[in-house]
Order: sequence, then C-alpha cells, then structure tokens
Amino acid sequence: MLRNPCESKEKSLNQQIMNEAFFDKKDYKSLDRVDGRLKVTGAARYSAEYQLPGLVYAVLVESKIAKGTIKSIDSRAAERAPGVLAVISHVNAIKVPGYQTSNQHPSEPPVNGQPLRAFYDNNVYYNGQPIVAVVASTLEKAQFGASLVKIQYEKEQHKTDFDANMDNAVLPAQAKKNPKSPVADYNRGDKNAFVNAPVKIDAEYVLPTEVHNPMELQAITAYWEADDRLTLYDKVQGTQPTQQHFAKEWNLPPENVKVIATFVGGAFGNGLHNWPHETAAIIAAKQVKKPVKLVLTREQMFTMVGYRPYTWQKIQMGATKDGKLVAINHESVGQTSSYEEFTESTLQQTRMMYASPNVNTRYRILKLDVSTPIWMRGPGEATGAFALESAMDEMAFSLGMDPIEFRLMNYTDSDPDKQLPWSTKYLKECYDAGKEKIGWDKRKMQPGSVRSGEWLVGYGMGTGTFGANRGAAAVRAQLDADGNLLMQCAITDIGPGTGTAMVQIASNTTGISTDKIIFQLGNSQFPKAGNQGGSSTVNSVGPAVQAACNALKEQLKTMIASKGGSNAAFASAKKEDIVFVNGQVQIAGNDSAKVDIRTLFKQNNIQKMETTQESRPDENRNKYSMYAFSMHFAEVHVHPLTGQVCVKKVVCCGDAGTIISPKTAANQMIGGATGGIGMALTESAVIDHRFGRYVTKDFAEYHVPVHADVPHIEVFFVNKPDTLADPVGSKGLGEIAIIGVAPAIANAIFNATGKRIRELPITPDKLI
Amino acid sequence: MIQFQYVRTSTPKAAVDAVSKTQNARFIAGGTNLVDLMKRNIMTPEKLVDINNIPLKGIEQQGNKIVIGALALNSQVADSKLVQEKLPLLSQSLNAGASAQIRNMATVGGNMMQRTRCNYFYDTAMPCNKREPGLGCGALEGFNRMHAIFGTSEKCIAVHPSDMCIALVALDATVVAAGPKGERRIPFAEFHRLPGDTPEKDNNLMENELITAIEIPDNAFTRNVHYLKIRDRASYAFAVISVAAALHIENNTIKDARLAMGGVSHKPWRLSEAEKALIGKPASEKTFRNAAEIAMQGAKAYKHNAFKLKLGPNTIVQALKNAAEPV
Repeated sequence: MLRNPCESKEKSLNQQIMNEAFFDKKDYKSLDRVDGRLKVTGAARYSAEYQLPGLVYAVLVESKIAKGTIKSIDSRAAERAPGVLAVISHVNAIKVPGYQTSNQHPSEPPVNGQPLRAFYDNNVYYNGQPIVAVVASTLEKAQFGASLVKIQYEKEQHKTDFDANMDNAVLPAQAKKNPKSPVADYNRGDKNAFVNAPVKIDAEYVLPTEVHNPMELQAITAYWEADDRLTLYDKVQGTQPTQQHFAKEWNLPPENVKVIATFVGGAFGNGLHNWPHETAAIIAAKQVKKPVKLVLTREQMFTMVGYRPYTWQKIQMGATKDGKLVAINHESVGQTSSYEEFTESTLQQTRMMYASPNVNTRYRILKLDVSTPIWMRGPGEATGAFALESAMDEMAFSLGMDPIEFRLMNYTDSDPDKQLPWSTKYLKECYDAGKEKIGWDKRKMQPGSVRSGEWLVGYGMGTGTFGANRGAAAVRAQLDADGNLLMQCAITDIGPGTGTAMVQIASNTTGISTDKIIFQLGNSQFPKAGNQGGSSTVNSVGPAVQAACNALKEQLKTMIASKGGSNAAFASAKKEDIVFVNGQVQIAGNDSAKVDIRTLFKQNNIQKMETTQESRPDENRNKYSMYAFSMHFAEVHVHPLTGQVCVKKVVCCGDAGTIISPKTAANQMIGGATGGIGMALTESAVIDHRFGRYVTKDFAEYHVPVHADVPHIEVFFVNKPDTLADPVGSKGLGEIAIIGVAPAIANAIFNATGKRIRELPITPDKLI
Repeated sequence: MIQFQYVRTSTPKAAVDAVSKTQNARFIAGGTNLVDLMKRNIMTPEKLVDINNIPLKGIEQQGNKIVIGALALNSQVADSKLVQEKLPLLSQSLNAGASAQIRNMATVGGNMMQRTRCNYFYDTAMPCNKREPGLGCGALEGFNRMHAIFGTSEKCIAVHPSDMCIALVALDATVVAAGPKGERRIPFAEFHRLPGDTPEKDNNLMENELITAIEIPDNAFTRNVHYLKIRDRASYAFAVISVAAALHIENNTIKDARLAMGGVSHKPWRLSEAEKALIGKPASEKTFRNAAEIAMQGAKAYKHNAFKLKLGPNTIVQALKNAAEPV
C-alpha cells in the first residue's frame, strides 16, 4: 500500500532531464553555467562579501507599531555600548539632498507615489519600518547596540486588514489620469454579455501575501570614496537604474555613483525597487566616514523589500452550452501601502488569452498601513492566472468538457485585446506535448474517480503568458590577438544564467568556442542595461551581444579586405559567413580565405579590437502582439482523511522562442514550478491585525517548499524562434515558468477531491 | 546577542555545580533551539554550561528497559538498530522532526527541553505570558492556527513542539535527572506541564536539574506502530497534528494499545481513554473511529484552529490504520 506518495517517490530525475531532454536542434548546445564553479566553491562574491578597509556594520531597528509618530528615541545606552560608532535616526540623520528637493522621488519611479524616506521624519507608516540604524565596529556589537535602543510612539489607529477594508479600494491615480493606462477599466464588446450567457461561473479568489524570500538576504555595502563619489555593492536587479536613483537622491553626477552587483543570490523581483535600507546604509557611511555594510535579517525581508500583494479577485465567466466563451468579467483588488500605489498586470491575460468577444476588467488598489509591495516572479500575471485558469477549469467542468478541449475551443490566433497578429504563438504544441507527458488520458472528468491506494489522484492544468518584453541595451566587445572575446554589460544576473546565455549567443554568432568568451556583468560602469526583470534580459541584451559580435566581424572584414590579394574575398563576404576557428578568421565554405588573428593584429599594429553596440526594440512591436506562453500540468495525490497533498509530477512546456541556454532555461522552469508549488500549497505571510504585524516571518513559519514537496518536474520547450520579437528569437521565460502552476495544482486537487479551493495556499485543513 | 559566560563540563555533577553557581544559567547541548532564542533575545542566560563532553550518548538495553543517554543525538537514536528493532515508534517520530542537519546536532535531552514555537513567544514585540509573565497571551485572540485544543488556560494556548516526546509519552518512558540533591526519576507523562497560571514553566524539572537519560520499558509494540505527522509542507515543519499509535494485535484483536497526540497541547498528549476503548476490540476502522471520538472529548478550539477538531480524529484513525497494517 502506498503510505505517502511523497515519501516513496523516486529520486528526482530533474538533473537527468536537464542533461538529456533538450533537443539541440541546431543552434544552442547545453553549456554548464559559466560561473557555476565560482558559485559552488564560494569564490563568487555577493554584496555582503566585500571586506573593504575600515568596514563597519549597521543594524536596523524597526517600528513595533503600524501607524503613528515617534515620540522619542532613547539611544543613550546604545551609544555607550562597546564598539558603537553611531545611532542614526530622523533626529540626527544628515539631510539627503533628494529628500528635500522633490515630493515625488527624483528618479523614474517603478511605483507611483512617495517612496518611504529613511530617517526622514517621525512618521510611522507600517509595522517593521526602519526607524534607527546602529553602526558599530562588528556585526555583533551593532546587534547588541540595536537591542538597547528604546523608542516611544504616539500610536494611531491602523488599518491592515484587507477583508475588513475592501470597500475602500480605489482606482489607481495613474488610471484616473490616463484612461489608456493598463490598470484603467477595460471593456471589449457588450458590457452586459455575462448576464444572458447560457452557462455561468461566478467566483471569488484570494491570494495571500507572499514574500520573495530569495536565499541571499538583501545586502548593501556603501562606501563614500570621496565626498562626492559613492560606490555601492548592492543586491539589486539593475545596476544602472540603481545608479540613476542614488545619483539623483544624493544630487551627484551619475558617473560619480558606481553600483556593483556581480552576483545576486536570487531576487524574484525584490531588487526592482530601491528601498530605505539602501539609503540608510549610504547615510550611515556618510556619517561615520567609513564603508558600511548592512544586511537585512530574514524577518526584515518581510517588511523592507516588498512582497506579492494580498489580492482579491472575482471572475464572472459565461459560455454557450457547446463551450464558446461569451463573456469574462474579471475584477481585482490588490493591497498597497499608504504612501505608494503599487499596481501590476493581474488582469492583462484575461484580455488576450481567450477568444471571448466580451471582456470587462476592473482593477483597484487598497491602501493599507503596510509596506509597499513589489513585483514578485510572474508578478500580477501569476496572481491573475490563478483566478482565470481556475475559472476556466470550473467552466469546463460545468460544461462537461475536457479542460484542454475547452481551451482549444476558445483558442485565439490573434490578440483580441491589441487586435494584432501574434509574433508567434505555439500554445497548441505545448498542450499536445504536455498532455502526453503527464498522462492526461488517465484523467477522469468526475472528481474522485482515480485512486492510488487510499490516495485520491487528480490531474490539472494551467496556462501562463507574459509579454515578450524588450528594452534598449548595449554591449562592449573586445577581441584580443589570442582570439579571446571579452564582453561587458551593466545587466545583472539574479540567477537565470545570463552570463551563460550571452556566452552562447556570442559563440553562436562568431564561432569562437565558449571557453574563450567571457561575459562580464553587474557593474553600472559597463554599457547600458536596465533591470533584470520582466523576462526581458535575453531579448534585450542578447541582440546587443549579437550586434557587437557582428560589428567586430565587420571591422575584421574591412581590415582583412584592405590587404588585398586572396583576402579580397572578405570584402564581399556576408557577415554570417565570417567564422572564427582556432584563432583564425575564415569565410565559411572557402578554405583558401583564412587569416590568423594574431598575425592580422600584428600587421595592423593593434593589441585588440573593440566595439560597443546598442540594440533597441524595433517597429515590429507596433505591428505584432508579442507574448511568451507556458503550459503546466500537475498530477496530485490527496489523502481523503488527512488532507495531505503530494504533488506527484509536474510537466511544464514553454513557448519562449529560441532556447538559448538549454540547461539554465530548464533550471528556470524547474525553479518556477517550485515557486508555483509554494504559491499553491504552502506560502502565506500572515498579519495579526490587532498589531498590524506579521506573525509568520521566518522560514519555520513562512513555508517555502522543501525538496520533499517538489516532485519530478519535466520540462519541454517548443524551441521555435520568434525573430519578430528580437533578432535572437527569444521571448523570455523567467516569468512564464511560474504563471499557471498554482491553478494547475488547484485544478488537479479539484479533480482528485471535488473540492474547489479558491483561497491559497491549499493547506491540509482546507481539504478535510 | 547579549553577552554571556561559557563553561564546559565533563561530568553531570560538575555541570549541575556550574549551573547552580549563577542565577540565570542554562545547560547547552546541541543548541539548536537555545541559540535561536538567544539571538532573538527571547532567552538571555548569563551563563551557558556546555554539557557536550559528558559521556551521556549511550543507547543500550539494561535489563528489561532501553536506556538512552540524554546527549544521544536525534539522528543517532533514530538510526540505532536497537531502537529500530524494539522501539520503532520512537525512531519514526524522530525522523519526522526537524531536518537531517538539525537531527545531527540536537540531543534527546535538548529535544525534551525545546520551547514552544508559538509566533507570539518568538516575537519580543508581541505579548506572551510564557516569555514574560503578565504580558498576556497574544495567541488567545490572535493567529492561533497552530495552537492547542487540549489543556489550555487563559494564560497560554501554546503547543509543545517535539515529535520525539509524543512517542516517548506513548511508550511510558521515564526521565532520569541529576540535581543538587542527587538523582531522581520522573514518569514522562509528568515531565511536561500544562500552562495553568504558570505558562513560563514548560516542565517539572527542578532548578539546576540535568536530564541524564531516558528509560523505556520493553514492550510488545515492535511491529504495529505508526507516527503520522500532518504538517503544512512535506518536511521541516512543525506538526499541525501528529499521532503516535502503537498496537499489539493478536488474531486481529487489539491486546494492548498506546496513543498520543502532538500539536494539540502544551504537553505531549497521551490518550489513555482512547487506548482503553481500543483494547479487546478488533483492529477495524470502526474501532479506530470510536477511539478517535473518545480521544477528542474535551477538546476546545479557537478562532483559527477549529479544523483540528476534525483533523485530529481523522489523523488518529489514519495512524491506527497505518499501525494495524504496516508497510
């Protein structure tokens, strides 16, 4: 008898899958992470690991009330404690120039509103807000000093309870200003079509607050190299956005602010905003005139660097009896802070995923006395997909249709929202491949029909989509006489393996073997890049790598052709035909046209050849609708008496254009599916509303999935290029890896038990 | 962390002497709980007396009982051939707890001395009578999903977090303690306390007493046993509900039975009345369901843990079923 399917599961085959399953159709072969060795040996340096001379340590003391003002701060004992150099608060903090000059934060804000200003005044906006920094010669001394600080408050009535305050939800200011804003009310077709639909679903869905909780804690080492020159080793997702932010905040020329984030130990979105703890470290470094390191505690990760907002949704879905969608009304209310209006694309996919002639969406925010949320992997789409894909499953069940059949019935070959053709869409291919891999034929329409011993077995699926975003990026490429290629870009790598993918693109473009290519990143002084976020890195930086490599080829071609003789053939050669083999430049298919790079450089009296190329989105963006798609299937086993859930198998299929780096791409999908299991089954940050304070704020109480929760995850890619989206043909996949996973699991649980759980996470108590 | 003294000792007597000399001193073994509590300023001992060098790691048969030294590691006990053969319930319960890394550090004595994992106890910004008597119980009207349903008081509704102790109370273990006045034995069921008016006291160990060993009498529960732990993820989470079930079945009749629950009370919760209802009956789902209903008599739920009134008996039934039909 199967006692617990999770305990008896076979050892994970994920590694094997990663090594074997990827069809290297033509272009890209599996490459180990170029920085893997550095990471596993500890040689990779993260933001908290720069031991600068004279380094001192800062520890933050947080507010213990949710709203009010600070009456007094007694820092005497802390100041007298051994090793303490400064106790900094709004009482004695130096003036931050950017705080004084603008009401709106000076840099281009990722979120509308007034970001929280560290040590600015005596207002308390939420429980867990940084109030004081204690700076000391060692971490332990700073921690001890922090324990001695006594803060008196004038409390005010706070509001943190979403459910109790939902009537106060409002239209975001940006939608009030601009009716075309993505969060403005949307209507397509007949506004009231739902009312008369033959078959209807009307349901509410709740997603609790989830916290990114990457393994690496948020860390910054701030160093004023001179009064007007600032260096930050900062755990962020964008070095140049951070550089811009702090240049403006400190009224410095951007070139005077250097931001280093060579390695980032996961972020999932919490590094897309600059937060008060960063300014706190910079203030502290200025005040003690030493480099200051500040690392948040795990508990502080819940209140200082954003989270996925608690979100209520309602879907009304109407269909004909034979399964054609008639209408979808989708409403969402997401929580935000009292001082910033965070919004996300919770409702976007409802507008474009299915061929419903009539669609209404309505997005609202609820301002509470909490910290500001920020995008968390698969941001709003993952939240929206839970509701939309659950509702699709509910409707399919009401219609007595197979959920895939129902989706195919409402498949759309062009974007009904933008009314543009897709650049590419291979979702049908995903359905087909996934169905077979999960064993969809074993699924029975009637819940509770399949058993394995005492356990109920269910199968479910969920679709995901995310914009194939692309921004401007530039890459510097440098070729030396030995045929080594060095490239640089300011982009970060928060874990997906950006360096690895870029090395592969460069190798593919030039023919230079991957071991002779280095891609340096994570430094604001390198050529232009935005944040690593929104699945846009390969699509943005990849084309710049390609452009830089091609520019090098052009330079070489010109240089070679100028010598005349047999080299004249190079003048008319196409750049695609120029290849590098063993330190030689060749024209493919022409054995006589070969030039040794070293000799060439010597003849021309140069050490190396360099170029910097920028790549930008093109006009195709206005002619086509560009999305990546994903399909997730789950098999779950549920114990009917105890409500235990075991996710037995997950199959993910990604339509993400060309797969540049098969191993790291698979890694992304497996990580996303794991995050989706957390969304579905375990993760929830709970506030005790009497205090407005989190009660589940460490890894013992906030449950991320552990290995025993994560089954065999099978990953497939369609691997067909989308060259309309960008020249490398990629559509991005970090986000689609998680979008659709939670509903796939929730739908599988329904199929197993007949219980439709619309509030995540689905813990055992909800299933008994 | 607040500064403290640290001394090492190598005999129980030296340890007891060392701890007796300072007002606010604590023994430290694996430190898997105490160090966390000190980092969060929840416990602030002035002195730590390290007992790891005391030779108390043995696991052996002595006459008609098995004696386990207080410093035996959780993993060592779980993997012991003797324990697996004669006390499989104990081995199962240990492997259900914590993580492999923690089980490699944590000792049997330390496991018994674990403090509750109540969210309010762990946050010094929240009220908690156990941490600071008189502050009030934050959980009573708060987020009490994980909290007790048996033996609560207005002062405290926290639960005891150990898995191992649930098996030990079922197996009629005895605690051996050395103190300033010599050695004494405490029945396991009387070791931990209910909160009453003094929730700050987790157990009945006297001041400066040191646990030196656990004694478990020989029993017939070598085959039909099961420790079933329901939790919010598959591993490395405290029990929402756990059940230790041990049956002695002959000819499909239950000759003897032991039943205890975790995640429901301030102490490991032995279900003696339910055991009586099992004895002499056929090992059937009907018998188990009846015992489970008896077991739940007197349970009282709070705002967020009412599901335990249903999950509790279901888990008892399932644990008994699993025990009756071992894999």
